[in-house]
Amino acid sequence: MSNDVLVLAEHRDGAVSDVTFELLGKAREIAASWGGRTVALLLGQRELAAELGAADTVQCAEHAALETYNPEAYEAVVLQALEQLEPRLVLTSTTTVGLDLGAALSVRWDAPLVSYVTGLSAGDGTALATAQIYGGKLLAEVELSGPRALCAVLAGSFPHAAGRGETAPTVETLDATGLLDDLRTVVTSVVSPEGGDVDITAADLLVSVGRGIGSQANLEVVEELAEALGAPLAASRPLIDQGWLPKARQVGKSGLSVKPKVYLMFGISGAPEHLEGMRDAELVIACNTDAKAPIFDVADYGTTVDLFDLVPELVSRVAG
Amino acid sequence: MRIAVLLKQIPDLVEDLELAPDGTDVDREFLAFTLNEFDDQALEEALCLKDAGDAEVVAVALEEPDVDQCLYTALAKGADRAVKLTGAGEGWIDGHRRSAILAAWLATAEFDLILTGVQAADDLDGQLPPLLAARLGLPHASVVVRVELKGQVALVRQELGGGTVADEELRLPAVIGIQAARQAPRYASISRIRQAQQAGGLEEVGAPATDAGPGYHLVRLLAPEAAGHAQMLGGSAGEVAERIVELIRAKGL
Repeated sequence: MSNDVLVLAEHRDGAVSDVTFELLGKAREIAASWGGRTVALLLGQRELAAELGAADTVQCAEHAALETYNPEAYEAVVLQALEQLEPRLVLTSTTTVGLDLGAALSVRWDAPLVSYVTGLSAGDGTALATAQIYGGKLLAEVELSGPRALCAVLAGSFPHAAGRGETAPTVETLDATGLLDDLRTVVTSVVSPEGGDVDITAADLLVSVGRGIGSQANLEVVEELAEALGAPLAASRPLIDQGWLPKARQVGKSGLSVKPKVYLMFGISGAPEHLEGMRDAELVIACNTDAKAPIFDVADYGTTVDLFDLVPELVSRVAG
Repeated sequence: MRIAVLLKQIPDLVEDLELAPDGTDVDREFLAFTLNEFDDQALEEALCLKDAGDAEVVAVALEEPDVDQCLYTALAKGADRAVKLTGAGEGWIDGHRRSAILAAWLATAEFDLILTGVQAADDLDGQLPPLLAARLGLPHASVVVRVELKGQVALVRQELGGGTVADEELRLPAVIGIQAARQAPRYASISRIRQAQQAGGLEEVGAPATDAGPGYHLVRLLAPEAAGHAQMLGGSAGEVAERIVELIRAKGL
C-alpha cells in the first residue's frame, strides 16, 4: 500500500476531458495531506501526457485496443495498473468510462466504491466522501478507512484550475503485453455528433423544456415561444428518448453542453445529468410547478407558475 | 437466445424522502415504490429483441415492495417468465450485495444476455451492470442505447458523452446497462396486468445467501443544503412574464 492518489485520465476527440483536471486538482490536495504522490493513468494517446503536469507521474499504456475507449481493454489495463501501483485512492469521473469501470474495479480490485461523489476530504488515514443519492435529493457521507478505495466523481464538483499543471510530468510506460490479446469486446466505430438542424451550443438565448411539458402535442406551446424569441428549442433527456425532439437538441451529460447568456427552462426538475450540460449558462431562469425541484438551487431566477399559464403571457409580450 | 432482464423497485422520487431514525436510510414505511426507470428501458429493449427474433425474456427481481405488480407488468408486456428471488431481507439492499445475490442465481441459469438499467437513484456503491459482470466474469458495456443480436454477438451502441457514440461488438454472454431503449417503453393495460396476475406464474426462488457488502462506512444521509437558491418570481402569470422579459432584455437579447 502507498499513500498515492491515482486519477484515471479521460480524453475524447484527442483532448483531455475537463473533469480530469478537476480530479487531478483534488488528488493533489488529498495526496499532499497523506504524504503521497499524484499519479495519472493515461490509456492511449500518450502525447496528451504533457497536459497532465499536475500529476507527479503519468503512467501510460499504449496498444491498438486502447486508442478509443473499449470497456474490456480499459478495465484489464487499469486493473493491472492498480495491482502494480497500489494507490490508496483512485478517482474516476461518472462519465460512461467511470460508470463502466468503477463498479467493475470495485469487485475485481476488492475496494469500496462511492459513486456520484461531490465532496472529498482527507482525514487522518481516511477519506471522507460526500455523494449525491436519489437524484441529488439526499447526500450520503461515507467514510473510507480501508487501505484502498475508489471514488467516481460527478463532473463540476471541483475546480479544474488546480489540476492544470505548468511543469512537464514524469512519464512512465505501463506494459500491457498479453492483457489485450483475446478481448471479447471489439469497438467497430466511434461516431461524433452529427450536426442537427440547429446548433444549440451557439445560441445566446436558449429555451429548454423537460418532462413537465407532459405530451408531444404540448410542445407547440414552447415552440411558439422559442420562435417568438428567435431562440432554438432544447430539451432534457426524457423528451429526446421519447423521440419528441431530435438528439441534437439534447442538453446534458449524454447530450451537449451549452453556455448561453440566458437559459430559460420549463418543466425541468434539474437532475444531475441535466445540470452537467448547462452549469456554465450565465443566467438561468427556471419554471417548475414543484417548489422543491432541485433546479431552484441552481437557477438564478425561478417561478412556480404553471408553464401553460406563463408561456402564452411571455409569447404575447415578446411578439407584441 | 435467453435474455434476463433485472428489475428493481426504488422509492418514488416524486415523494418527499424522510430519513429513518438512524439516519442511514430513507424511511421506507410510508414510501411509494416504483420500477427504476432505466430498468423499464432495459425491459423494453429486451422485448424489442424478442419481437425481432427468437428470444426468451425472463424478468428477474429481488423481493421488494410492490415487486409482484412490477413482475406481472413485465409478463403483461410480453416477458416469457418472471422470477422473484425471495428472502434477501428488507430495507436497502446495496449494489454489492444485490449483485452478489443476482450473480449467484444467474450463474445457475444459462443466459446469453443480461440487460438491466444503466443505473438507479440509490446506486451509492456503484452501478449494477459492471458489478454483476465483474462477479460473473463477463464482458459488459453501460450507457447503451441500442442492442442487436447477430449469432452469439451483441452489437451495441454506447454513448460516450457529448453526443459521441461507439459501436461495439460483445461476445455473448454479456451484461449490458441500458440507458434508453430504441423506443419508448410499451404500455400494459390494467386489464392485461390483471390477467397476468390471475394466470399466476410468478416463479419464487430463495435468494442465494451472501455476505457481500460495499466495504465502506456509511456515516449518514442528509438533505443537501442549497449553496444558493433562485430568486423566486411571484405574482400572476402576467407579472412573472413581464419580469422574465425584462431579465432577458437586460442581457442585451
